Amino acid sequence: MGGYLLRRTIQALVTMLAVSVVVFIVLHLLPGGLVRAQLGSKATPLAVHVLEKQEGLLRPLPIQYWIWLTNTVSGNLGFAYKLNQPVSSLIGEYVPRTFMLVGISMLLAVSIAIPVGLWQGSRRNRVDDHVLSSFMLVLYSMPTFLLGVVLIVVLNLWLPVFPSTASDYGTNLTVDIRDLALPILTLTLANVTYFSRYMRSSVIDNLLEDYVKTAKAKGASKGRVLIKHVLRNSLNSTVTLVGLTLPYTVSGSLIVESIFDFPGAGLLFWNSAQTRDFQVLLGVVLVISAATVLGNLLADILYGVVDPRVRSK
Amino acid sequence: MATPAPLENEQVQTFQKLNTTLHPRKNSTSVIDVFSSNKLAVGSVLILMLVFAFAFLGPLIYHSDQASTNLALENLPPSSRHILGTSPTGKDELGRLMVGGQSTLEVGLAVGLLSTTFGLVWGTIAGYIGGAVDALMMRIVDAMLSIPFLFFVVLLAAIVTPTVPLIIFVISAVSWLSTARLVRGETLKIKTYDYVIAAKGFGSNNRHLIKRHISPNVLGTLIVNGTLKVADAILIFASLGYLGLGVAPPATNWGTILAAGVNNIFNGYWWQLWPAAVLIILTVLSVNVLGDAVRDVFERRLARR
Repeated sequence: MGGYLLRRTIQALVTMLAVSVVVFIVLHLLPGGLVRAQLGSKATPLAVHVLEKQEGLLRPLPIQYWIWLTNTVSGNLGFAYKLNQPVSSLIGEYVPRTFMLVGISMLLAVSIAIPVGLWQGSRRNRVDDHVLSSFMLVLYSMPTFLLGVVLIVVLNLWLPVFPSTASDYGTNLTVDIRDLALPILTLTLANVTYFSRYMRSSVIDNLLEDYVKTAKAKGASKGRVLIKHVLRNSLNSTVTLVGLTLPYTVSGSLIVESIFDFPGAGLLFWNSAQTRDFQVLLGVVLVISAATVLGNLLADILYGVVDPRVRSK
Repeated sequence: MATPAPLENEQVQTFQKLNTTLHPRKNSTSVIDVFSSNKLAVGSVLILMLVFAFAFLGPLIYHSDQASTNLALENLPPSSRHILGTSPTGKDELGRLMVGGQSTLEVGLAVGLLSTTFGLVWGTIAGYIGGAVDALMMRIVDAMLSIPFLFFVVLLAAIVTPTVPLIIFVISAVSWLSTARLVRGETLKIKTYDYVIAAKGFGSNNRHLIKRHISPNVLGTLIVNGTLKVADAILIFASLGYLGLGVAPPATNWGTILAAGVNNIFNGYWWQLWPAAVLIILTVLSVNVLGDAVRDVFERRLARR
């Protein structure tokens, strides 16, 4: 297990380093660079030159990268010019809310999708399987924001159960759970379709395996075969899937947060894209990506715990 | 690398002949047979043809002014003059859905094609060469895959003003990654198959091996994947439209139209919301069903062999 852990951790570190290079390259792809973005397109060449010199932008790129990297690692992510505060404090305020949103949604999605997938897989090609599959496929074919809008129409406009905005979240000291219901529901449903499809086919594959026949031959009941044998084996691959879909879910949170005005990293990012506050954009991309790599690593470690075969590979 | 010696070439041919006699390939009609027996797949092809006709031929029949903004006509409910009412800027909704459909379908198809091609090249090279090259190439893919793609796309779209070719490029830039991973996995598997080792033993060079033996065998997986990429691209493009990062007016796409409808959701202007929503869902659903059907065709052919 130790070697596996070490190997995966090193891999994650290398990946993170590669992410930082990608972000750094994007930073330098900005037309006119950060300075232009900061001073506007009407700045005089002299002003641009002065600021470039001041920010160390005239040095060779590898040195700039090194300075930027050491700054980033020590928590200095630059300054948000439009919002007039350090990027790191903005991230400290907004990003945890997104983690909460994504975390709860993922947890809910998995705990709904596993029984649904198990049910569908064991009742393959029956009417209820077809009905559920069709429903999931329609959800799967919807853009996330449309899903959110449909939920608003049904659960706010037609049946006024939940509020259509979560903008109060974070400003009020007392949090109304109902404010968060629709954002969480949207993100959860978007994932349930994906996970349950996967779980279903995984269950179907496992049901054809020899060990199922053996278990049945030994007289195990259908329920016991499903819960004791098939579930465990299908879970393995679903756990990895959770890690792999993490970036997609975080992407989904960008949409969900802008629909419901949920003050998380996605909304911060979207607002900063409107005002072209590039330091914020790059900082958020970096932190969110690092968190995703970390989440992936955790899922892989969990995978190693669940499935002993992985460790020796 | 030099061409194989004549004797070896002959051996290859005999080997191939033997192979075809032992495993006769089903002719192409069987693919159509398998496919047409799947009613859902046939239905989805029909729907897709209708959607294409609607977007590209529709404007020839149904004329509407999509260039000028007319504030006197804004948010009108459906009538005989405007079958699906008008948009918040006073444009005919039905005509707008046609124009928006064009860019949506273009982006979907182009991304499917571009990302598949690039993913194929990248994945085959990485998987075939292996070693340090493979490790480096796949770490790049891993790194890019860990960036939540929508953040990346929004970042790029904030840097440059979006046009259709640019959006195709941006979505492809994130879309090819999983294809590359998939193709690499397949290549690694195929590389160990006996006939590839045999061909290698007969002196086939790398290019020949990749072109003749590896790529064709990845094709099935690739077509299915490409189809699903089209669906994904349409969804991402719609999301970009919703985030206000779609194509600039007067050009439009279904996502942008839908976003305008969402803004008026509490005013009850249903004609600005549901037609666009139905079009997106119907198109993406059909593409997904089509992808699943194509997968079935390939799997059945494989099983029969």
